[in-house]
Amino acid sequence: MEQRFAQAVERSVELAVFGGEVGRRQFIQRVGAATASAALASVFPLGAAKALAQDKPGPIEKKDLKLGFIPITCATPIIMAEPMGFYRKHGLNAQVVKASGWAMIRDLSINKETDATHMLTPMPLAISLGVGSQAVPYVMPAVENINGQAITLATKHKGVKSAKDMKGFKFAVPFDYSMHNFLLRYVLAEDGLDPDKDVQIRVVPPPEMVANLRAGNLDGYLGPDPFNQRAVFEEVGFIWMLSKDIWPGHPCCAFATTREFAEKTPNTYQALVRAIVEATQYAHNQANRKEIAKAIAPKNFLNQPVEVVEQVLTGTFPDGLGNTKTVPDRIDFDPFPYHSMGVWILTQMKRWGYLKGDVDYKKIAAEVYAAAGTRETMKALGYKAPGENSVKHTFALGKTKVFDPDRAEDYVKSFPIRKA
Amino acid sequence: MGRERLRIPLYTLLVGIVLLGLWQGLVGGAPAGKGLPGPLAVARTASEMLSHPFYDNGPNDKGIGLQLLASLGRLLTGYLAASVVAIVMGVVLGLSPSLYRAVNPYIQVLKPISPLAWMPLFLYTIKDSSAAAMLVIFMSSLWPTLANTAFGVASIRRDYLNVAALLQLSWPRRLVRVVLPAAAPAIVAGLRISIGSAWVAIVAAEMLIGGTGIGYFVWNEWNNLALTSVIFAILAIGVIGVLLDAGLGRLSRRLAYTE
Repeated sequence: MEQRFAQAVERSVELAVFGGEVGRRQFIQRVGAATASAALASVFPLGAAKALAQDKPGPIEKKDLKLGFIPITCATPIIMAEPMGFYRKHGLNAQVVKASGWAMIRDLSINKETDATHMLTPMPLAISLGVGSQAVPYVMPAVENINGQAITLATKHKGVKSAKDMKGFKFAVPFDYSMHNFLLRYVLAEDGLDPDKDVQIRVVPPPEMVANLRAGNLDGYLGPDPFNQRAVFEEVGFIWMLSKDIWPGHPCCAFATTREFAEKTPNTYQALVRAIVEATQYAHNQANRKEIAKAIAPKNFLNQPVEVVEQVLTGTFPDGLGNTKTVPDRIDFDPFPYHSMGVWILTQMKRWGYLKGDVDYKKIAAEVYAAAGTRETMKALGYKAPGENSVKHTFALGKTKVFDPDRAEDYVKSFPIRKA
Repeated sequence: MGRERLRIPLYTLLVGIVLLGLWQGLVGGAPAGKGLPGPLAVARTASEMLSHPFYDNGPNDKGIGLQLLASLGRLLTGYLAASVVAIVMGVVLGLSPSLYRAVNPYIQVLKPISPLAWMPLFLYTIKDSSAAAMLVIFMSSLWPTLANTAFGVASIRRDYLNVAALLQLSWPRRLVRVVLPAAAPAIVAGLRISIGSAWVAIVAAEMLIGGTGIGYFVWNEWNNLALTSVIFAILAIGVIGVLLDAGLGRLSRRLAYTE
């Protein structure tokens, strides 16, 4: 593993220097791998980068860890870090444990049966606020995937052109406090449907979505992958819209833990964040996606056909309408937890009545989304990290194209369809 | 008589063959991998799983044997605890008709609640998922034993108790020598119903909490829409249920008496 990691560092440096896979391959082809490596070392302190990335934090307080996950591709970095050795590399003996749904993930984590966990990006905010849960302060040091969701409709709805045609549909989302729920509501409302009146939105654990779609219980869902692609594979549904066409680069899943865990075992927490950041960066690299698909598809993890996982991770996939699409950023991985992402989520919680009264959007987001710490970790590992904790986000769909986190309350008020 | 003994298993076998034939006929048209799998596909999966029942690939992937053992372990813990509580409470209530009438409304309200409905509450309060699952089993196997024990004790012939009083037996001896043996058939009948409902509940509870157990196994295979494994697991659940019931049936025959 040590060696594999060293290779990964070398490789990412090479990629950065040569500006991509093709340039790198050409260079190596011409001069041979050893020469290439030596030539690189002369312009970039490879040894230092490797040492820095391997630089261990203080003694680890708790080695044996249990990490909860839901079997979806959003959890890719958390899952793959076990079989591919990222946790071990940082001195942790972490085991990922499959949970049956998001309520179970929440309870396992609050009850300390898991040490840290895969979550949906809105969950640490909601739990910290005690919304839909007992109030327990959480920290979210890393976003797992960006993009990576889709609206899947049952095959009989092939004719649907816009959300206007979806009146009366029965939809599923994985959890109330999910980007899936907020993005689905956003899309419907932009086309004039009131998600609380004109359609039915139910909570169904992701793994059960395909079976329900097949049974005719659902007209569609805004779900995580591989369950969108699995519906295509089973010939029961088609991918109507990728979530990246709503908000390119939106956050989806997260890695989170209780504030208590982070404070009581700071070195363990640091090591975990390092392992996760590293795994996320590894997953970000398109060249590694096939290898990752193979590592996470088995029964112990996703329990899905490798083919389906590969279609999701590589972004070359059949859409269920007879087309093969190539969308490399269908799912991507980027750990940086922008406060502004949290602010957007809070505006939607306010908009749909999950939060009542005045909300100090920025303060809550800054307390839960540990952007500064993640920046330090990213830098220490030799990755580029964004300089700002909060940025404006640009949407692909909707009347308000640019979301300004400094004007959150105005943003909420700007929507004609809302509860608050 | 000898012929009779031969004929019945023959009928059982025939019914089995007819059922399998119907099953195969119903799914026969669908191409492999689509639609409901037939008996042959399930048999293949079964032989594959039964050839490595105890493999262990980490917390999320274990052999069917380990899953069944996990479920049985959970079942027995919850069930034994419930049985002890139910028998003690049942004896007390059976011996004291007025107390029984006083408590009965509460029992009647609690009895019809699906044991799974307790799950969120248990998870919230005791903060441990496997203990919560055991408590679900506890709740599911409490009431039948309790009701049967109370009924059995209450309907012991007065003569027995009078004789015991006449002989000036101490209370513990009266309990062990007279009350429990006299009520034993009713108690065991309750235990038998309880273990059935506990086995029904465990599968559902494990589908909710995940982790290990045959219920989790069914859920995990369902996620992958691996229906052959699901059907095989259903059959395994049925067989274990029959074995559990048969064990208690044997016990009840042993404890039966004629007045």
